[in-house]
Amino acid sequence: MIVEIGHYALVLALVLTLFQATFPLWGAIRRDAALVALGPYAAIAQFLLISVSFAALTYAYLVSDFSVSNVYENSHTLKPLIYKWSGVWGNHEGSMLLWVLILALFGAGVAVFSRNLPNDLLGATLAVQAMIAAAFLAFVLFASNPFLRLGPAPFEGRDLNPILQDPGLAIHPPLLYLGYVGYSIVFSFAAGALIVGRIDAAFARMLRPWNLVAWITLTLGIAMGSYWAYYELGWGGYWFWDPVENASLMPWLTGTALLHSAIVMEKREALKIWTILLAIITFSLSLLGTFLVRSGVLTSVHAFAVDPERGLFILIILIAFIGGSFTLFAFRARAMESGGLFAPVSREGALVLNNLFLAVAALAVLVGTLYPLALEGVTGQKISVGPPFFNLTIVPLMLPLFVAIPFGQRLAWKRGDLLGVAQRMVFAMGLSLLATLVVAYHIGRGPALAIIAIGLGIFILLASLDEIRERVMRGGTAGALHRLIGLPRTFLATALAHAGVGIMVIGIAFTAFEKEAIVSMKPGETVKLGEYSLTLRGIAPYSGPNYTSTVAHFVVHDGTRQVAELRPAKRVYIGRQMPTSEVGRHRVGFSEVYVAIGETSDGNHVDLRAYWKPFVTLIWIGPVLMALAGLLSLSDRRLRVGAPRVAARRPERLEPAE
Amino acid sequence: MTRKQKRLMILGGFGLVLVSALAMILVGLRDQIVFFRSPSEVMAGKVKPGEAFRLGGLVEKGSVLREPNQMVRFRVTDGSNAIAVTYRGLLPDLFREGQGVVTEGRLDASGAFTASTVLARHDENYMPREVADALKQQGHWQPGKGDGPPKP
Repeated sequence: MIVEIGHYALVLALVLTLFQATFPLWGAIRRDAALVALGPYAAIAQFLLISVSFAALTYAYLVSDFSVSNVYENSHTLKPLIYKWSGVWGNHEGSMLLWVLILALFGAGVAVFSRNLPNDLLGATLAVQAMIAAAFLAFVLFASNPFLRLGPAPFEGRDLNPILQDPGLAIHPPLLYLGYVGYSIVFSFAAGALIVGRIDAAFARMLRPWNLVAWITLTLGIAMGSYWAYYELGWGGYWFWDPVENASLMPWLTGTALLHSAIVMEKREALKIWTILLAIITFSLSLLGTFLVRSGVLTSVHAFAVDPERGLFILIILIAFIGGSFTLFAFRARAMESGGLFAPVSREGALVLNNLFLAVAALAVLVGTLYPLALEGVTGQKISVGPPFFNLTIVPLMLPLFVAIPFGQRLAWKRGDLLGVAQRMVFAMGLSLLATLVVAYHIGRGPALAIIAIGLGIFILLASLDEIRERVMRGGTAGALHRLIGLPRTFLATALAHAGVGIMVIGIAFTAFEKEAIVSMKPGETVKLGEYSLTLRGIAPYSGPNYTSTVAHFVVHDGTRQVAELRPAKRVYIGRQMPTSEVGRHRVGFSEVYVAIGETSDGNHVDLRAYWKPFVTLIWIGPVLMALAGLLSLSDRRLRVGAPRVAARRPERLEPAE
Repeated sequence: MTRKQKRLMILGGFGLVLVSALAMILVGLRDQIVFFRSPSEVMAGKVKPGEAFRLGGLVEKGSVLREPNQMVRFRVTDGSNAIAVTYRGLLPDLFREGQGVVTEGRLDASGAFTASTVLARHDENYMPREVADALKQQGHWQPGKGDGPPKP
């Protein structure tokens, strides 16, 4: 019964979106406030209906209702509660329901925080958002319905893919979708602004919080996915240039570019056409990602059960929205006047440079991801484009961008003084050079590029911290704390986000210096791993709630001192008879000892892959810091949507020119 | 410098970045791609020794031989032909006899294939699309087997 209520709520939501996609839009064009006013109610009601639907599916999972086909396919009575719950989105149908839930959440969010939006923009934005929702609700209902019943109900379910039975599943997809799908509202805003012809600085200001929310969650989602792959798959890698990973990286690259270009639009009324275009492109890339993941046209390790019919459905949605928005863009682009002029060496110029490099990087990833498809379509040859291609194209694009970051964030608006900026950074430059030399001396020989990248990372980090120091210490230590609190949060956010970039770059560069051992060991044997040694104590069986496993017991020594015990394991899940690896890790500061074992055939010895990974955790600490910086920026009172008046009344002298 | 010259310089700089990035992409697409081959194509001499490529097919039943020091020998078959593969390292969790596999590596002068990576899948039902196509070409494809989870 509850399942049917969920199913019915979803159908109602679809009907409601059709209503929301038409009347508020008509109201926006005809300037009829009463029609527009229907939009927010519809958006909120739509969100509530999809929530009911999602809750119903969650209920079916929690009580293991195997008469629902989707639950039967992906659940098991022995599964721990957290995985019954997170298993709701651990499959294609359920994750699409989460997709539309988040889509509706953003629509409802705009509806709730709509006080300061111009009426026509609100109507058009909610209508576009409803069009997206209608397309995807139709997709869920007609091509991937999670509420289909099975009769007679099976006694036991087929269990969730064991690799997904990890707390990572509870966090990674929701965060990633919040980001991915969050760009839908950015797209809707852009399309709405094009429809009603309101493309100005005020628009950039209204777009800002939504853009930030999507960016923050996408950043965290990608970082979380990378971390999950690192500890779950037992390969010790953090990024594989897999098509599905690329699918999430592309919107991140253009979304990051958008974040920067929108600042120029907001402050200087320039780059308007480009900003609108980026908003459209970013969500288009999100849609493309959804298509690539769900259709199975590309071979990827992220395999959902693949169905060509579904792929075609999403492809049609993709073409309709990309085509529609670009047509709208082509009609309106000429009406957009370009605003303020600026010198090439200026904050605006630096932000344009940032956009250039990020957009070209996104293009490179796009080409590398789609080229195998195109080649197969044209010549029938099957190829794969792997890490060598992306290293060749992305690295040369990122290095100049990293060099530019510390300069860009210090340049003045309109006309900057590059030499002056360089002079102010002499201290940070000297210090990072010194630090790099110390690092290079300690690790000895290694690839020059990695040392350079470490140096760049340190430079970005130190230059950011130094800029905060400079602002705070201006006028001596007296009142420094007061000045720190008084700093504009957007300024602090810029510095922290860039510091996060520096930290991530250091972490990535250090992977060139990891140490690896692939060996076969008997109990009592020892393997050296840099300064550490790893001794196998024994191998023992263990039984979990829905799996059996073989656990290897290692002790880690630093010299002669025992520092840790590790228990990496090989699990075999009962439901699907599928093995997975449980990695053993010992953290030393930001570095890690990492051990994964293979299948043990005789119980006398164990095959293992062990690593010493210096500073590996920085790879994820960096993005987390970027996301925190995003939150800080979101909280800036002067730029919050509801508070423009307060900002205007603030005395000028408290706002340093940035 | 006049404003016009300045603008030309900026546009030139932009163009330079774009052109060099495009050149990198093209060079990458020419040199850094890896072709997928089935065992029959390898037998037909389509791959030169020393060239990196991906070999895909099914792990031949009864062919997996684990040797000390993590050396593994197995044969990859598409039903008509089979190629012997040597690999040193941990096999992915879902490596099994009779299942689809994709390995990347090179042929040596004697025609033996040494794999540098054996690719894992996240799902046991999943059949790499290339492998499915290679099997179809050889007429050994059984629909429903490894073709996604069985429909209820």
